[in-house]
Amino acid sequence: MNQDLRRERAAASFNPELLTHVLDGSPENTRRRREIENLILNDPDFQHEDLNFLTRSQRYEVAVRKSANMVKKMREFGIADPEEIMWFKKVHLVNFVEPVGLNFSMFIPTLLNQGTTAQQEKWLLSSKGLQIIGTYAQTEMGHGTHLRGLETTATYDPETQEFILNSPTVTSIKWWPGGLGKTSNHAIVLAQLITKGKCYGLHAFIVPIREIGTHKPLPGITVGDIGPKFGYDEMDNGYLKMDNYRIPRENMLMKYAQVKPDGTYVKPVSNKLTYGTMVFVRSFLVGEAARSLSKACTIAIRYSAVRHQSEIKPGEPEPQILDFQTQQYKLFPLLATAYAFQFVGAYMKETYHRINEDIGQGDLSELPELHALTAGLKAFTSWTTNAAIEACRMACGGHGYSHCSGLPNIYVTFTPTCTFEGENTVMMLQTARFLMKSYDQVHAGKLVCGMVSYLNGLPTQRIQPQQVAVWPAVVDIDSPDSLTEAYKLRAARLVEVAAKNLQNEVIHRKSKEVAWNLTSVDLVRASEAHCHYVVVKLFSEKLLKIEDKSVHAVLRNLCLLYCLYGISQKAGDFLQGGIMTESQITQVNQRIKELLIAIRPDAVALVDAFDFQDVTLGSVLGRYDGNVYENLFEWAKKSPLNKSEVHASYFKYLKPLQSKL
Amino acid sequence: MGSPVHRVSLGDTWSRQVHPNIESERYIQSFNVERLINILDGGAQNTALRRKVESIIHSDPEFSLKDNYFMTQNERYVAAVQKKFHLQITAKRLGWSENSPEFYYVYRALSGELALSLHHVFLKSLRSLGSEEQIAKWTPLCNEFQIIASYAQTELGHGTNLRGLETEATYDAATQEFVVHSPTLTATKWWPGDLGRSATHTLVQAQLICSGARQGMHAFIVPIRSLQDHTPLPGVTVGDIGPKMGFDHIDHGFLRLDHVRVPRENMLSRFAQVLPDGTYVKLGTLQTNYFSMVVLRVDLLLGEIIPLLQKACVIAIRYSVIRRQSSIRPSDPEAKILDYQTQQQKLFPQLATAYAFHFLASSLLEFLRSSYDAILNKDFSHLPELHALSAGIKAMTSDLCLQGTELCRQACGGHGYSKLSGLPSLVSRVTASCTYEGDNTVLYLQTARFLVKNYLQAQAQATPGSTLQKSLPQSIAYLTTTDLARCPAQKAADFLHPKLYTMAWAHVATRLIKDSVHHLETVMQSGADWDEAWNQTTVIHLQAAKAHCFYISVKSFTETLEKLENQPAVQQVLKRLCDLYALHGILTNAGDFLHDGFLSGAQVDAVRTAYLDLLCLIRKDAILLTDAFDFTDQCLNSALGCYDGNVYERLFHWAQKSPTNTQGNPAYEKYLRPLLQSWRSKL
Repeated sequence: MNQDLRRERAAASFNPELLTHVLDGSPENTRRRREIENLILNDPDFQHEDLNFLTRSQRYEVAVRKSANMVKKMREFGIADPEEIMWFKKVHLVNFVEPVGLNFSMFIPTLLNQGTTAQQEKWLLSSKGLQIIGTYAQTEMGHGTHLRGLETTATYDPETQEFILNSPTVTSIKWWPGGLGKTSNHAIVLAQLITKGKCYGLHAFIVPIREIGTHKPLPGITVGDIGPKFGYDEMDNGYLKMDNYRIPRENMLMKYAQVKPDGTYVKPVSNKLTYGTMVFVRSFLVGEAARSLSKACTIAIRYSAVRHQSEIKPGEPEPQILDFQTQQYKLFPLLATAYAFQFVGAYMKETYHRINEDIGQGDLSELPELHALTAGLKAFTSWTTNAAIEACRMACGGHGYSHCSGLPNIYVTFTPTCTFEGENTVMMLQTARFLMKSYDQVHAGKLVCGMVSYLNGLPTQRIQPQQVAVWPAVVDIDSPDSLTEAYKLRAARLVEVAAKNLQNEVIHRKSKEVAWNLTSVDLVRASEAHCHYVVVKLFSEKLLKIEDKSVHAVLRNLCLLYCLYGISQKAGDFLQGGIMTESQITQVNQRIKELLIAIRPDAVALVDAFDFQDVTLGSVLGRYDGNVYENLFEWAKKSPLNKSEVHASYFKYLKPLQSKL
Repeated sequence: MGSPVHRVSLGDTWSRQVHPNIESERYIQSFNVERLINILDGGAQNTALRRKVESIIHSDPEFSLKDNYFMTQNERYVAAVQKKFHLQITAKRLGWSENSPEFYYVYRALSGELALSLHHVFLKSLRSLGSEEQIAKWTPLCNEFQIIASYAQTELGHGTNLRGLETEATYDAATQEFVVHSPTLTATKWWPGDLGRSATHTLVQAQLICSGARQGMHAFIVPIRSLQDHTPLPGVTVGDIGPKMGFDHIDHGFLRLDHVRVPRENMLSRFAQVLPDGTYVKLGTLQTNYFSMVVLRVDLLLGEIIPLLQKACVIAIRYSVIRRQSSIRPSDPEAKILDYQTQQQKLFPQLATAYAFHFLASSLLEFLRSSYDAILNKDFSHLPELHALSAGIKAMTSDLCLQGTELCRQACGGHGYSKLSGLPSLVSRVTASCTYEGDNTVLYLQTARFLVKNYLQAQAQATPGSTLQKSLPQSIAYLTTTDLARCPAQKAADFLHPKLYTMAWAHVATRLIKDSVHHLETVMQSGADWDEAWNQTTVIHLQAAKAHCFYISVKSFTETLEKLENQPAVQQVLKRLCDLYALHGILTNAGDFLHDGFLSGAQVDAVRTAYLDLLCLIRKDAILLTDAFDFTDQCLNSALGCYDGNVYERLFHWAQKSPTNTQGNPAYEKYLRPLLQSWRSKL
């Protein structure tokens, strides 16, 4: 092992294993996760060439091979629990990108949620056994997050009892669905249902797209791959154009809405479960943000402990770059953020499961808040993580730009999270809608509960935007609770500012909607402040549950750093709101520097505690053993570009250049 | 105004008609776009020449960039070599010389998709660091491609910190040669462009050792590949460093030298010489080594970094008038997404930044040009200021261009993730600029050192009894001018005065520099020495340097406006961008302005009001402002950003040409078919 890393690990003030248990939820979870990871690592069937050296089509091929393998292996290893499947896939697939994945994550769940018993009988078994491979086609070229704008039509023909699926315009072509381009032979297509001359909105249809046996597109279907992307090389995101393509009536998923043989439309009684799926996916994405950021921090911090550069004092040996204040200032707040998001992700998962049980018992009361919270937190955590991964990459200097660092891959794999499953700005505005509604409720004299209960205090405290001296500025910058309080005040203030500006615009403009648009910048700001408060709150509450003293101490420092760094970045909000004074902001900045020094000795142990296998990190810079440079050189030599000593282009272009000029 | 032919020339059948949604944006013109194009080009004659070059390049299929996104790293490299080859032939035929404006415009038209670009860097370094004889000897060899040269500085273990480089050049007086050697693994040259597979020679930065003494970094011309068969020369291990986030067309390389001997004449010796007997003669200051880096950094701004943000703005803003999503009022048709305030607040500050940086880089280039000859003649009086300015401006420009480009990409939603949007390539290219030619943090700190040093000097002079009266360099003269403690603005409209917000930025920069000096002195008073104290206060130095650079950019933008008195319409539209740029900066850093009470909470609210009102005003001219960058469709190479706005058709047709659709599906035969049919055998 590299000497620097050995020294760092020996000097840590706490046992990282105990922190790993906290992150996994229990020592037993840690044990089982490692057991599963080792099954994969020790199995020669899972070995593959470094993905960075493969072309896109080769990467796709590897991914398909792995999918095929995985079905077999999971059965063999007896892995069936959803959590365990997740652990398995994460190590096995590295990027967690799988062309067949949509069959399991979207096709089957949609069938279960929206299909009748008869439909499930017909399709479920064969899709579970991969006798058919399904995907889910919703997004179109011209419309994404705004579902009602989708243009694909499904027109019922009572004579033949068929639906005619059609893509009437270029913009209506289905675009982006994963696994659609090359892999799937069936798709659940979302289309505007038209029967008896009337449009009834979006419904789901099972559409066969490729011929069983030859895998060729069926007549009336144009299907293919949408071409190269920033990342997701393994995935065949596809397009689908349907040209008056007929499917039997039974292919419409009819658990809720129905079309009778004569074309009569039967309305659904209630359909809140689709709501539930969105909430589930988004809360899962919060956890993904935490994991991606944790990976990036692991790489950047280990590398910063190995790399030596420059000198702090002339004549002295070059220090580890992690000893430079600027490097600590770049990385440690991100490390603190990674921990914060880990705890938020765990909270979201628990809450989802708890509320899901309530829903099962018919209690939907908590769903609106959860929906608003997941939308905002998905946006908040993915935006932050997106920028943070890039910051980690750049903190590794030039080598961060090479694929050997693994960081470009983590970035391009993560960044679509900001736009898919609900574009982030739209998500923030959904949260804002909930905040405004809660604000109005409070004004109407009703109490609100949950995370927005701080709004209850507003009418009595009466914050005028300019009249800022109402709150006593007694924030204790060494207390996570007191800092949580400060974030709460900031959120309350920005929600009130947005609400007032909205009211103002409503008075000046005729339409509420125009006013909403003209206040949307303030609304997004309010949502961000709300989400930031929630993250701070969850982090400081988590501290109470940590039993081990040394682990508690180091997490407390991270929590303080997370809170104070945020204040320093948004100092304007805290000053303008009169929540903190100038001299407190100066103290905050001073305290941040002290915390950097306090965290420094534990930095490597803190990323070790994330417990990523080297293969999951996919990084030469982030190797556990720290032997960076030797392996960097070996890695480069393996690149296909070095297969021949003199490149063919030399004879073709370079040599003639001399003679032809 | 009709659609100029040179803009709509992809030859696609559906592009004969401009999409009505973007056509309508060009209907009412509040200013003359062509005039603005001329301003950006630096004169109408430049615009004409640029367009002439573009039409030559774009009408030649050998220069097509269209298949770039479908290529592997290897194919991209070959294509770039082929283009370079073809360009040299074309240039010879047309009589374009290296360094001519034509070449500059070719580079722009092809988005730099040319191999052997380090050839140019080699020549520039030669001109800055070489003696007259050396320049006379090597320049023609390069120009005629007798040799292919590159520039090798960065090593596996060291980058920005030049003094840490480990490669050695030891002088052997017996043979009058230098022995160039990589003593450790970390000394391996790593990252230099064109080194992996192309170069025959490279300019190696190495520690000079002569007569037993270490003399620091010097540059040596080292032959690395045979001019006969291109194989590595004895003692040379050279190759490609493997796949990267971007720059697929460049063969970044590694180079290990095992006691490779080069003649004494191969050390570049404008500023230092080694005499035959091994005597070291210094002809310049230590700073001269940095001079070629200063030149390179300034060139990069307009030649590489800023156009990336400009293109991203063009693509995102044009797409935002074609894309319709939801409706603002329920009864309305779906709105263009550019009509949403949130979309405007994402994109317009980037557009303003793209303009601000263009003018900033132009004025820096002018400053460099005016000092260039003096420096070559060993008058170094402007070098410290030039160095500090170029370092800080390179850092700020690349930082904010990256943020802006990535923001534009995300503002295009899912389609921004497709390479066919052109945006991923822009992002992965601009992001490299944050670390190459000096890591941004290190560069900001170099600027900060200059600020601190000069501030301390000015302070010492201001003390009574001091006789030394030297004025501060021009870019930091504001540090000693009298300063208001409170901003006098009373309402939102007051913030639309360039003098006012320039003064506000000067105030904040001055305060932060003062603070950083104060922190430094405090730490030193508590017993730390200068170096220790510096490392303990770098975070605030960073902040001060950033504020200083932002102030410089605001100032250069306002100065540009002053020169446009005779073109009121253009001046008006640019002033809005300038206002937006400065005010957006204030809002993003509101804490710094509130901190000492320079702005009150009410004033910050007024800034926000002024800022939001500007978004509406700029909305009307947004498309014209992107047209004014005058990028051809071929150069943008984007399905989303074409001049004609036919986004979706282009996306669909282009995707169908992807190799994933034209080259069958081997994975189906190999894995999917057995998987799908495994159940049949069981039946």
